[in-house]
Order: sequence, then C-alpha cells, then structure tokens
Amino acid sequence: MDDPLLLARAQFGLNIAFHILFPSLTIALAWILLGFRVAYHRTGDAGWLKTYKLWTKIFALTFAMGVVTGIVMSFQFGTNWPGFMNRVGAIAGPLLGYEVLTAFFLEATFLGVMLFGMNRVPPWAHIGATALVALGTSLSAFWILALNSWMQTPAGHVLDGRQWIAGDWLAVVFNPSFPYRFTHMMIASGLTAAFVVAGLSAWRLLGAPSDALARRTLRVGVLVAAVLSPVQAVVGDFHGLNTLEHQPAKIAAVEAIWHTEKGVPLVLFAIPNATTRTNDYAIEIPYGASLILKHDANAQLTGLDAFGKDHPPVAPVFFAFRIMVGIGVAMIAVSWFSAWATRRGAPAPRWLLWTLAGFTFSGWAATLAGWIVTEIGRQPWLVQGVLRTAEAVGEISGAELGASLTGYALTYATLFVAYMVVLTHLAGAGAEAAAAKPLPGASAAGAAAD
Amino acid sequence: MDLPLIFMVLMGVSVLAYVVLDGYDLGVGMLMPAASAPEQSVMVSSIGPFWDANETWLVLGVGILLVAFPLAHGVVLGALYLPVVAMLVGLMFRGVAFELRMKAQGWHRELWNWLFWAGSFLASFSQGFMLGRYITGFEPGFGYLAFAAVVGASLCGGYVLLGATWLVLKTEGELQGKALAWSRWGLLWVALGVGLVSLATPMVSETVRAKWFDFPRTLALMALPAACLWAGFTVWRSTGSIARGGGARDWQPFAGAVAIFAIAFLGLAYSLYPYVVIDRLTIWEAAAHPSSLKVVLAGALVVLPFIAGYTAISYRVFRGKAKAGLYD
Repeated sequence: MDDPLLLARAQFGLNIAFHILFPSLTIALAWILLGFRVAYHRTGDAGWLKTYKLWTKIFALTFAMGVVTGIVMSFQFGTNWPGFMNRVGAIAGPLLGYEVLTAFFLEATFLGVMLFGMNRVPPWAHIGATALVALGTSLSAFWILALNSWMQTPAGHVLDGRQWIAGDWLAVVFNPSFPYRFTHMMIASGLTAAFVVAGLSAWRLLGAPSDALARRTLRVGVLVAAVLSPVQAVVGDFHGLNTLEHQPAKIAAVEAIWHTEKGVPLVLFAIPNATTRTNDYAIEIPYGASLILKHDANAQLTGLDAFGKDHPPVAPVFFAFRIMVGIGVAMIAVSWFSAWATRRGAPAPRWLLWTLAGFTFSGWAATLAGWIVTEIGRQPWLVQGVLRTAEAVGEISGAELGASLTGYALTYATLFVAYMVVLTHLAGAGAEAAAAKPLPGASAAGAAAD
Repeated sequence: MDLPLIFMVLMGVSVLAYVVLDGYDLGVGMLMPAASAPEQSVMVSSIGPFWDANETWLVLGVGILLVAFPLAHGVVLGALYLPVVAMLVGLMFRGVAFELRMKAQGWHRELWNWLFWAGSFLASFSQGFMLGRYITGFEPGFGYLAFAAVVGASLCGGYVLLGATWLVLKTEGELQGKALAWSRWGLLWVALGVGLVSLATPMVSETVRAKWFDFPRTLALMALPAACLWAGFTVWRSTGSIARGGGARDWQPFAGAVAIFAIAFLGLAYSLYPYVVIDRLTIWEAAAHPSSLKVVLAGALVVLPFIAGYTAISYRVFRGKAKAGLYD
C-alpha cells in the first residue's frame, strides 16, 4: 500500500472516529433533555430544572465538540477522497447537502434559544426549541446514515458516462441496509447517552451519596439502558442477517470463515492468520455459525476464499465485532441488575456505583467497535461493488498529509483531555452546583458573571 | 435554466453570510485581550447564542462547492490544504474554548481565554491568506505568498471592524466606548487592506486588470469603490456621533461595516466571474451533474426561507444589549 493512501485513510479514520463520539452522545441526549424539560414543566419540581441545566451544559460542550470536528469532515470529503466526489458525488453530494440544509441550521440555531433563552421566551417556546434541537440531531443522523448505508448496499443508481447518478432517490435513501443501520445507530446513541447519564450520576453519588437528584438521573439512565439494550441485541441480529445477504464478505470476516463449507463452527475466539488463511488458537462451537446465520446446522456458508483478494482484512473486523458484542452483553447485564437493585428508590450499593461509573463510556467503545466492523468490513470497496477506496484517493502529498495528521492528532488529544476534565468536574459537582450562579470554587468576577 | 450560475450565486450568498456572521464573532474573539475580565463575559454573551449557527454557513458554503463544483473543490482545497488545516485547528480551539472558558476556573480560564483569542486569530488570518492565494490562482513564489499574508492581515482587520461594531450594537457604557474606538482602528486597518488589495490584484492578475480597466466600463465600475468609501465614511461618522452622544443609532456602524464587506465581495465576484478557479476553471466546466444540482436546488429553495425565518427569530429573541450572565 502506498503512503498517501495509507495516510489519507489514517487521517480520515482518526477524524471520523473522533467526530462520531460526540454526535453519538448528543443525538439521544437531546431527547433525554427534552424529557427533563417536560418533566419540569409538568411537575414544577425545581429538581428537574437543575437536572436540565446541568445536562444542557454537558450537552452544549459535547455539541460544540461535534460541530468543530464535523466542519473538518466537510473539508476532507473532497481533499482526501476526490475520486469519491468525481464518481459518486451526484449521489453523495445531495445527501450531504440535505443534511446541512435540514439538520445543521435547525439544531445550531435553536441550540442558542435552548441554552440561553429560557428567560426570554415562554415555556412552550423553550420546550419547542429543545424539541427542535433533538429533531435536528436525529435528522442529521438520518441523512448521514442514508449515505453510509448507500455506500454499503448501493441501490437506485445508474451510470451516466463515468459518473453514477441517482435513478431513483427513494431507492437510494431507503437502500437495503438503511432501515437496519439507522435503527441500530439510533439505539446505540440511546445506550451511549443512557450509560453516560447513569455513569456520571454514579460518579457524583460516590462523592455525595445523599444527592437525591443524582439518584434520580441514575435511575433514568439505568431504566433507559435496561429497555434499549435487549432491543439492540435483536436489532443487531437482524442487521447481521441483512449484511449476510448483501455483504457476505463482511460476515465471512466477522466470523473468520476462510473456506466455503457446510456445518460451519462458530469461532468464539481465535487469532486469524492472514498468511496461512486459517485461525490460530481457535475456540469453536461446532455448527454454531451455520445455526446462527442460516438457522440450519448443516447449511453452507460462503468463506473468504470465494472473494479472491476482494475481502476485508480479517483480524480487525473479527476482533472489533467481538468487542462490540461483548460490551453489548455486559450492558444488558449491568442495566438489568442496576434496575433491579435500585427498585422503589433503593440506593445502589457502592460497588455497583463503581461499576456504572466504569461503564460511563461503554457506549463509545461499542459504537467505535461497531463502526470499525462496518467500515473496515466494506474494504477494499469505498462503495460496495461500485468504487474502490484506492480509486478515490487524492493527490495531496504524503508530507502534507503527515503534517496535517500530526496537527489534528495533537489538537484532538488536547480537546479530548479538556473535555473529559470538564465533564467529570461538572458531573462530580452535581446538579445543585450547576444551577447555582457561581460555579463552586470559581475565582472572582468572571466565572460568576458567566 | 442555468444551474451552475444559480449555484454560484447561492454559494456566494452563503460565503458572504458566513464572512459577515462568523466575521463578527471571530472579531469579538480577537478583541478579547483588549478587555477586562467582566467585559470579556459581556462580549462572550453577545455572541454566545449565535456562533454555532454562524459557522454552519461555512459548512453550507463548502458543501455547495463540494456538491455543485466538485472539480473546483478538489483544485481549491487541494491547493489550500495546509491553510485549511490551520483554519480548522483555529476554529476547533475557539469553538471549544468558548464552552470551556465558561466552565473553567483560575489559570485554566486564562488558558482558554488565550486559546479563544489565538483560535479566532488563526482562523481569521488563514481565511484571508486563502483568499489571497485564491485570487492569484495559487501561483508559487515569495511575492504571491507575501501578498496572501497581507490579505490575511487585512481580513483580520475587517473582522475586528465587524466585531467592534457588533459590540457597539450589543453593549453599553464603558465597553461600548471601547468598542467605538476599536471600530475606528478596525476601519483604518480595513481601508489600508482594501486599498492594497484593490491595487495589487489588477497588478498580479491580467484577467482582473482586463475586467476593470476597460473604458468606458471603468467609469460605471467606479460606483463600487465610491459606495465602499461612502460606507466607510458612515462607520467613521456614526461611531463619532455615538461617542459624543449624538443622534446616530447603535446599529449604524455595524450596518456600515456589513456594507463594506458586501461591496468588497461584489467587487471580488465581478473580478473572478465566470471563473471558479481563476484562469483555469469556469463555473460551467466545474459544475456537477445536472441531476444532482436539480435535487439540491429544490431542497434549498424549500428550506432556505425557513432557515432565514428562524434565524430572524433567534436574533429577535436575543435582541437588545447583552448582559454578562449568559447561562442564567
């Protein structure tokens, strides 16, 4: 692999992986905030208002991280992958354009009203602004997942000269994998937000066990997670079967099936060996993969050998999938046990608080692992069966890519550390402090004034 | 229907909207070190509800370039790769610093204040630098780079003018007094920058020279610099009048600054048309497939009025003078 391709992929991968962390939290957190806001309106309980204020601060910071890293993406589509725009731009462009037009302006504009307008507009308008921000984040997810799904399972496109154009926009947007991927991602966002809410509340309760507001938000997070996590397992299974139908090479890599055969075992763990094209140290369940994927122990499964060289690297896809599923199973266990342990207002035991605090960012880990499966699993294609990644790379020199990659990496590292420090500080201080005018221990006039 | 032309206009409107809107908040960012800590809080409050949406115009502008003129997107952003990275790093730091400075304490707060200033400055300078490179068709050589650096400095001055006049509109008392003085400094800087760029551009580009120095058309074209002078004079006179407690309204300096930008932008658009990359690519050569242009245009025509509408609502909700307590 030549340098510019590798660097272009590394740079884009770094940006998109860093970027996805923030939207994956804000998409669902916006709806949870709407819940807090409506709860305050209905009950008049000032505790909900304090909770809302604390979490809007966390939301605003996360949203800002998403906006600024998203702007980077809008430049890199063209600079890193000019071949992508030249060949499928007539399809990708409008989808991105609709995302900007229908989602970005909506969420960015009403965010101002939501954050700073509570005393300037009537309650219904403030609730409306909060709802529009939530709608905007979800619409944004709709368009970008329509584009990504089209790249995985293209449909509705026709060739015009060297360019692919849309023959049928409905077929492009609602392509075969879109309903599954969209649902899977929205629930992933719900789980990410639920575990962040529960985890940061647990973090607060470790320092202030009597904080009633933190106890209540912990319960909210745990219940949302308990409802969503089993649903996600089912949706994920359907998504997998859909992938088997449309992208069999990806599934072969996920299950590390090197050779087409009948009665394929389910590989629980192994070290896939790309040289010998076998699995080292494999722990397998006989007939398991055939049973899960085809519901028939003797069914034949297509192995990687059927695709010649046109299949993804096995190890990253294989391991990322197991990480995602592992975290998903753990999420079900933790959320269900926590829901049971905190029933009827019972305080969570300390070890459980530590567990929930440890699971705060489990949604991020699972989301990243899932995206690694789906994006690396599509290689060597950029658009499955239509355009190869190598055909899309641009003419930016290796030196420029290297310099900018270093710049981005340093920037992201700094921003990430700052983000985490502020997040844990805000959460650790609790909702009462967030609602009070001066921040706790804040210095002098400036902090009090903000 | 001439789709590429329509998209050129749409892109121009987006870029102008971006330059004016994010220009004032970048300008406020660059002015931060000149103010005291309580004043900084008011300054941040004056842009807090708007900056997110302001930056979205950049995404729309680049988005139209990408969607409607994919060939130009590749050429332009490829040639400007490193300044674009610098701008993005600047925008990232300032956007996040904006949130973080409100939540930080002690020296952390000072650090984020500094990064807010530095990020605003880096983003503004990079944008001007890119404009300088763009006008001259990305010609290599020290002279061209120096020219781009001058344009970079001029744009910083322009954003300072926008930011200062915005503060005249949104603040009162002592801070407004400072903002009036800043406005005049910004104006001088802009006058120097616009003058230099207007003189230098026809000298470095034959295409531009041919478009402007073609009698008798030149005479009609002189309406643009004349209007620009008049707008500048308005800013000078109204800031003086407000400082003396005279009859000028608080919005007049900002309106004058916006007019300067709009006129300069028109002049630039006239210089470049019909090129999207000067001397290399016309808008028709660079245009995307008509099928995608049509579908985006349909969406834009439906959605843009809504965007304009709720943007107006947002500015109406936050009308009046900014107060320090943004999160209350």
